[in-house]
Amino acid sequence: MWKFVIPVAAFVALVVLFAFGLNPDRDIHALPSPLIGKEAPKFDLTDVMDPSRHVDNAALKGQVYVLNVWGTWCVECRVEHEELLAIAQQHVVPLIGLDYMDQRDKAKQWLTQLGNPYQSVGFDTDGRTAIDWGVYGAPETFLVDGQGRVVYKFISPMTAEVWEHEFLPRIAAARRSGA
Amino acid sequence: MRAFTTALRLALLLLSVSAGLGVRAADSVDVYGELENPALQSRYEHITQDLRCLVCQNESIADSNVELAADLRRQVREMLIAGKSDDAIFKFMTDRYGEFVRFNPPLTPKTWLIWGAPFIMVAVGAIVIVRIARQRARLPLDDEPASEIK
Repeated sequence: MWKFVIPVAAFVALVVLFAFGLNPDRDIHALPSPLIGKEAPKFDLTDVMDPSRHVDNAALKGQVYVLNVWGTWCVECRVEHEELLAIAQQHVVPLIGLDYMDQRDKAKQWLTQLGNPYQSVGFDTDGRTAIDWGVYGAPETFLVDGQGRVVYKFISPMTAEVWEHEFLPRIAAARRSGA
Repeated sequence: MRAFTTALRLALLLLSVSAGLGVRAADSVDVYGELENPALQSRYEHITQDLRCLVCQNESIADSNVELAADLRRQVREMLIAGKSDDAIFKFMTDRYGEFVRFNPPLTPKTWLIWGAPFIMVAVGAIVIVRIARQRARLPLDDEPASEIK
């Protein structure tokens, strides 16, 4: 009896392990964020386009919003830019940018030439805000709910599919649960 | 014999050169130089060795020269100077980047499998060996001549 059950159980366990571990859709370098479900880290930065303006999460209190980390040095950010412009056109949630490890002039040029999908863009001069958000690359996109908690983090360029399947349902849920 | 000593000398030379390069590379990564307090410096070295650079993922932030690693080293340095404990610094990092940021994850219910796996494997191996040995002990010895049975 055991001579049959143990090998079969071991085989099934291996199949489950491999199905998860060898899944080609899984990005093995993408790390789960410990911030999910926790209060979004505070930030208070100047706006890339206008240094006299502040970008902070106090002003976004009670709102569901998306924070997108990018930089002009980041090739993948250029890839997702069209999609961000399309998302901004939908007027579903405010899109806040976090310009990371960048130069203000270059960032301004980028937004002027390619179009600006963001309501505002915080300029993270020394990378401290990025550390607080656990950012380790770009692009990274966070969803914050009406209670100011991080609901979801997506690492990789934004696509229409991801926006539709991962973000929109969570935005709707965040709104339903009383923002 | 002569060829051997030449080879040995060459190997030693290469070793010392590469070691020298390693030290220099590590020094140049740190733009701020050493901390004044040697005790703090040794804690700084210990902590930055144990924190993973998440961009390269198999390098510590002490070894990596990417910008994020430099930012995290600056963070560690500032926290040390501010009098923060090692635990507080590690907590700061794991709160933001998760347990993966540590090369040496602490023993918690979530990590007991990682730490326990080697012992479990040795135990399983021991059980298998004992069982095989016992089974073999019960078998008749093949090399005894059959003719002894009279």
